[in-house]
Amino acid sequence: MNRLNDYEPVIGMEIHAELHTRSKMFCSCAVTDTTVAEPNTTICPVCTGLPGAMPVINREAVEQAIMVGLALNCRINAFTTFARKNYFYPDLPKGYQISQYDFPIAAEGWVDVVDENGAAHHIRVRRAHLEEDTAKLFHVYEPAAADYTLIDFNRCGVPLLEIVSEPDMHSVAAVHAYATKIREILRYLGVNSGDMEKGVLRFEANVSVRPRGSDTLGTRTEIKNLNSFRALTLATAYEIERQIAIIEAGGEVVQETLGWDALRNVTFSQRSKEQAHDYRYFPEPDLPPLCIDRQWVDEVAAALPELPDAKHARFVADYGLTPQDARILVGERAVADYFERAVRAYNGTPSAVSKWLIGELFYLMNRERVAIEAVRVRPEALARLIGLVDAGTLNQNSAKAVLGEMFATGGLPEAIVEAKGLAQISDNDQLSAIVARVVADNAEQVAAYLAGKDSVFQWLMGQVMRATRGRAAPDVARQLLTAALNVRR
Amino acid sequence: MDLHTLSVRQASNLLQAGEITSVALTSAILERIRAVEPTVRAHITVSEELALQQAEAADARRRAGERVTPLTGIPYAVKDCLSTKGVRTTCASKILENYVPRYNATVIERLTDAGAVLVGKHNMDEFGMGSSCENSAFFATHNPWDVTRVPGGSSGGSAAAVAAEMTLFALGEDTGGSIRMPAGFCGVTGLKPTYGRVSRYGLIALVSSFDTIGPLTRDVADAALVMQTIAGHDPRDSTSLRAPVPDYSQTFTRDLKGVTVGVPVEYFAEGIAPAVETPIREALAVLRDLGAEVREVSLPHTPYAIPVYYLILFAEASSNLARFDGVRFGLSCDGADVLERYLQTRAAGFGDEVKRRIMLGTFALSAGYYDAYYLRAQKVRALLRQDFDRAFAEVDALVAPVCPTPAFKLGEKVADPLTMYLSDVHVVAINPAGVPSLALPCGFTNDAPPLPVGMQIIGRPLDEATLFRIGHAYQQATSWHLARPTLAS
Repeated sequence: MNRLNDYEPVIGMEIHAELHTRSKMFCSCAVTDTTVAEPNTTICPVCTGLPGAMPVINREAVEQAIMVGLALNCRINAFTTFARKNYFYPDLPKGYQISQYDFPIAAEGWVDVVDENGAAHHIRVRRAHLEEDTAKLFHVYEPAAADYTLIDFNRCGVPLLEIVSEPDMHSVAAVHAYATKIREILRYLGVNSGDMEKGVLRFEANVSVRPRGSDTLGTRTEIKNLNSFRALTLATAYEIERQIAIIEAGGEVVQETLGWDALRNVTFSQRSKEQAHDYRYFPEPDLPPLCIDRQWVDEVAAALPELPDAKHARFVADYGLTPQDARILVGERAVADYFERAVRAYNGTPSAVSKWLIGELFYLMNRERVAIEAVRVRPEALARLIGLVDAGTLNQNSAKAVLGEMFATGGLPEAIVEAKGLAQISDNDQLSAIVARVVADNAEQVAAYLAGKDSVFQWLMGQVMRATRGRAAPDVARQLLTAALNVRR
Repeated sequence: MDLHTLSVRQASNLLQAGEITSVALTSAILERIRAVEPTVRAHITVSEELALQQAEAADARRRAGERVTPLTGIPYAVKDCLSTKGVRTTCASKILENYVPRYNATVIERLTDAGAVLVGKHNMDEFGMGSSCENSAFFATHNPWDVTRVPGGSSGGSAAAVAAEMTLFALGEDTGGSIRMPAGFCGVTGLKPTYGRVSRYGLIALVSSFDTIGPLTRDVADAALVMQTIAGHDPRDSTSLRAPVPDYSQTFTRDLKGVTVGVPVEYFAEGIAPAVETPIREALAVLRDLGAEVREVSLPHTPYAIPVYYLILFAEASSNLARFDGVRFGLSCDGADVLERYLQTRAAGFGDEVKRRIMLGTFALSAGYYDAYYLRAQKVRALLRQDFDRAFAEVDALVAPVCPTPAFKLGEKVADPLTMYLSDVHVVAINPAGVPSLALPCGFTNDAPPLPVGMQIIGRPLDEATLFRIGHAYQQATSWHLARPTLAS
């Protein structure tokens, strides 16, 4: 008996996304790539919490929060307030984080996702609220001296959007699909790079389990600081099993905050319920309530880009793509845009473009670790390459070689075909001579074929291809070889 | 001519006429500080070098025919809670004893642009917590009229310095009477402006939703002149108001015909000393003689002012003071870990009154108590505001005592914080309501030596002009504001 199936996991997520605004949430310091910038170079009295400094709300951050709220089907609240979340830590210079509590910018939305097993999930979004990021701490362990910690305030005050889901996920696959979808939407909106390694997107999962069929919630634990999809799925899966094991053994799950040990792949206790912070939230007196008028929301809504779901539906309907191919293409806005530009430049069916893009270009991109934005093959050039195949100028294999060359050099397909002499040979006379020579030079194999060993035909075709360095038009060559062999019967 | 005795307007005229230089005036002030500071002890820092530089720059500006203002070349000093670039800013606390800010508060920036000359930083109750200036971590300031008495607080150093002619004007900060109370005790003029009228950027916050910065001066006309420079919207303070600043001097009149003055009955209830009530009643008679109509009004929620004020104060202050953690600036004590460093730093850095209020505020904001304390206080605050709205539907201004008693003896109330809290009763109700109030001298007691008695004129939000008009007309008809203490120099 598989005891995992006797229990239903109940999982909610909090996703912290840095917003890529020009300046920080409450001051005019630039938002920089904190993995690259010299430490403590984009700081000021406001974001380092000097006495007397005061926050000013960043309009661009509010606008981006509205964009995300709308994309997640949320209600945008006309009246929003900021609040202080009070706790002490060296990465929090004011001793409180300016966040939102009672009146977040966005509330009560939802997303629909399909997981890797093809199962659909409707996941409600409880709220999305703005806050400020903390500084980055670097703990330095010196073997011969006392340990110390360095603080980089460049990240401190960068706008963060916290997206809180309802506990609507019941499998690791759903969690993965939801997180993927949120990342996809943030990237579509251009508000976050989705660059997990740079820490611009961070996950937390609240996990509980209950006997399947029950509608009461079990005791939940909260896993913090999950900074990759791998950590998210492994930690969630681990925690589900850990909780089930506890219950199966007759124990009780303890409500606590957990960390994830990515080396040993286990969760570990950080804080018990009794040690939980009392954040003493109260309205931020330095910021009056922010009223978001309907007109602003309407303007933002009108300027929203087409979102992944809508694009997917359109790709299936307008281009006749399979849902699977469309899903792959819309996963990244830049890929979808690339695809559409190539389709516009191409005369054949869009699925041919999709096949070349997903099958061949993605292969090269993965192999060379190049993102779509950096690919040197222009979409129009890809369209022309496929056109050369359609016109019979190139066969598949040559076309793949040409694409490799285009990918490496950024050259145009016609020029590469010309320079490398890769044009397909489909001329009857030219190919007939080559076929005749192959038949003449391989009497032993021809005899075997004529004696009934059909598989030798492929070997002979290979010889024709070898003689033409792969340029022989396969259909024509096959036809001519068949004819030449039949004459010998 | 004793230059230190001049009013801002007198000095400004002499500077403009070329009869004196700012260097001479500033030197006279520095000389006066040397003479009487040992008796009064109003200064935490005297910025002599900077003052002489700024004075020379002001003289050069005038010689070169560049733009000058009525404050160009005028020496001033400020309460030590205003951030001054390059000049130590302590809030009279050990935790900031050696803190030198990197930036100027907006008011300092405006005065510097106007050409005013900063001569020093005034003593105060630590972080503004106190009503006697005895809570300074460094030393107590003495009342220039009777050095065995307190100057009032928390802007005690500023009021004493103006009374003792150690500066031509000062900037104080009023959270719950902190400008008006010491103005009353020291016989000078002090304005608590409408909340949001003057930018708080760079003011080390005590209670963000009550704090106001205002002038302490020899008379009302000087206060109006200073306000003209420091008032007005500041994009760096989101709570500062956008309303234009009127030309205050244009509103002065000889008489008060058409003005209706209200006398709130609750402010003349039990506890008010006859030595205070008599001069105020006489002042009301003067106003009547000037043509004002005087009538009684009621502010029925006045009894709740003290609990409302202190609950909000404790709560906000506990959060505002969280940034003093020894990590980035100020006092920093060693400890085995982060928590111990915090505890050691804050234990050594804060005085008893500060610790008392942080603990009370932390408690009032805790889970389960927030609704009963902070939230309830905010609701009652709305009622206090309503009292004033109703009164101002009938009258143009209210006249009330500043304090129920004249200046008390040093040490008299130190052991009894509750009595100390209650000495603010007539001034604290104003701050939760956010309305402006002008304190000015209106007589003396029969003590030996005689002690000044102050009255306050409370006005509609943003209607400082009417307060200046009434106060100026009163000072044209009386001479209390011209009296000066005799100090052995």
